[in-house]
Amino acid sequence: MVTALKQTLIDPSIYLPTYGVVRNVRPMTGMEKLFDIALPEGMSLGHKPGQFVEVSLFGVGEAPISICSSPSRSNGGFQLCVRRAGDLTGLLHTLTPGSPIGIRGPFGTGFPIERFRGKDMLFAPGGLGLAPLRSLINQVLDERSDFGRVIILYGARSPAELLFTDELAAWKARGDVEVHLTVDRGDENWKGNVGVITTLFPKVEVHPRNTVAVTVGPPVMYRFVLMELLGKGLPDGSIWLSLERRMKCGVGKCGHCQINHLYACQSGPSFSYAQIKHLGEAL
Amino acid sequence: MNPMIIPKAALDDWVRLLRSSYRVVAPRPLHGQHVFGEVGSASEFDLGYPTSVLPPKKYLFPAREDLLKFRTDAQQVEATIDGPRTVVLGVHTCDMHAMQLLDRVMATGYSDQHYLAHRNKTTLVSVECLKPCTAGSFCKSMGTLSTPEVFDLHLTDLGDAYAAEVGSDRGAALLPGLKAARPFADKDTARLNRVMSEKWPRFPLRLEFDVTELPSLLSTSYDSELWKELGERCLACAMCTNVCPTCYCFNVMDEVDLTLKSGKRLREWDSCQLDKFATVAGGHNFRTARAARQRHRFFRKGKYQTDAFGLLGCVGCGRCAEACLVHITPVDTFNELYRRQHQPAAATPQGG
Repeated sequence: MVTALKQTLIDPSIYLPTYGVVRNVRPMTGMEKLFDIALPEGMSLGHKPGQFVEVSLFGVGEAPISICSSPSRSNGGFQLCVRRAGDLTGLLHTLTPGSPIGIRGPFGTGFPIERFRGKDMLFAPGGLGLAPLRSLINQVLDERSDFGRVIILYGARSPAELLFTDELAAWKARGDVEVHLTVDRGDENWKGNVGVITTLFPKVEVHPRNTVAVTVGPPVMYRFVLMELLGKGLPDGSIWLSLERRMKCGVGKCGHCQINHLYACQSGPSFSYAQIKHLGEAL
Repeated sequence: MNPMIIPKAALDDWVRLLRSSYRVVAPRPLHGQHVFGEVGSASEFDLGYPTSVLPPKKYLFPAREDLLKFRTDAQQVEATIDGPRTVVLGVHTCDMHAMQLLDRVMATGYSDQHYLAHRNKTTLVSVECLKPCTAGSFCKSMGTLSTPEVFDLHLTDLGDAYAAEVGSDRGAALLPGLKAARPFADKDTARLNRVMSEKWPRFPLRLEFDVTELPSLLSTSYDSELWKELGERCLACAMCTNVCPTCYCFNVMDEVDLTLKSGKRLREWDSCQLDKFATVAGGHNFRTARAARQRHRFFRKGKYQTDAFGLLGCVGCGRCAEACLVHITPVDTFNELYRRQHQPAAATPQGG
């Protein structure tokens, strides 16, 4: 009998985390590390791609972090790719295998993968946006025959900041995934495309009525990527994005993640463009 | 249960009786204002008070509240859920409406056990408002001039006595033992009816439109120039949200003690009016302009909460109007939006 982690929130408190343990830490770039986390025996995260957890380090605080492993590869745990940015993530980066870590969640709705089946998938992550999208990409690849083409357009600031380079290479080597990379600034070894992520879009042609695009990246990226996708003729409802906010509670109370009337932690953070295009505070 | 009569002369006995089983809090006069605080006798509070600085919401949702306590040197964490059994005496009808909304918010989706624990240990004794309390209040326009059905006991001042209507078992439990209380007689019903019919004309209607139009008025006012005008005046001090009976946004933080070995996680009232409220990782702020923050606040009060919970997010208490240093008020704001939509030619800058 496996208990979903979320069940622990029913009693005694929705704010009480459960102790997990860091199984493995893998440096990714100078700024990001990949944490592999196990929950206590008999407990599972039971997440969907696009959902997030609240990560606790007691004495420092709690922060929302997207889950970057796919449910199809849970292996008794889950993974978080974390950029060192503040107090909590700074301390997180000092953790070693065996360190305890507080977890609540998973929160949010996740991407509606069941609505994507049968479609061509166009993934457009920017920078750290590949972390949450990796969860969905691997899920799609593990059910590869349910989907049409799989296209990945990934941009980072520099070659050193590209995440999951081994997996990008493996995806490309499969032969059934079209991978295009770009960096804002190259270096002496970089032979690929140089330019922002939008420079990759002219390289691919899609059937707009049969393609679902999923883009995750920094707020400034969305406006430009959306123009590319709308320019290719994709309908608003076929464009999905993740609106990251600083969810303090994850349970629809604290108000920090509110986008007009919507709480990103409850209705999102995965939204279709059709859901949010009329909201002044979304993009 | 039939209403009871509590003579005012017995109020002191009642408070002393209640204190044997409850913490009793009531509006206490302080520096010319009223503040809800613990009381030991009837001489310490005034049930005919105009308004309180902070709403009695603070007993259900304290300004600072422990959520968890933990050790940093061991895997040990537990929820902190407790608080004294409390009787809140003298809750105005607007604040009762606010608590009705908070009840719904905190029990919808994920139930907030910390709020609900306070709520279940709190007995609300509301009091009928018989005259307008401040220049900022507009309860009659908001439909909050009579109490919603969530009261435990409801008092109406009949002159030398209170009519006490029982709304729940919790409320009924406050009366046994008070020897001076007696059941309603016919003449009491007549007195109550007279008091009630005399009160309504004393309250002005201050909105220039029916409140049921408020959500749709806001829907079509999202791009109004008025928000910019309010933003230019707003000091972003967050007084409006601090005194609001329906605001419940909070921040969560950890505090460790001097040994660094143990600590607690707590929540503290936060405000959408403060600069950093909508800042995300990476530093982007989705509500940098004060105009956008004021708009967000008024949309929560007049539309978002109604859409999500079926109740208005503003109860017309007027505290924010009284607290605002630059005289931004809900009445003026809503009326001005209405005027601009219905008489565009007559639009004028919002007055104080």
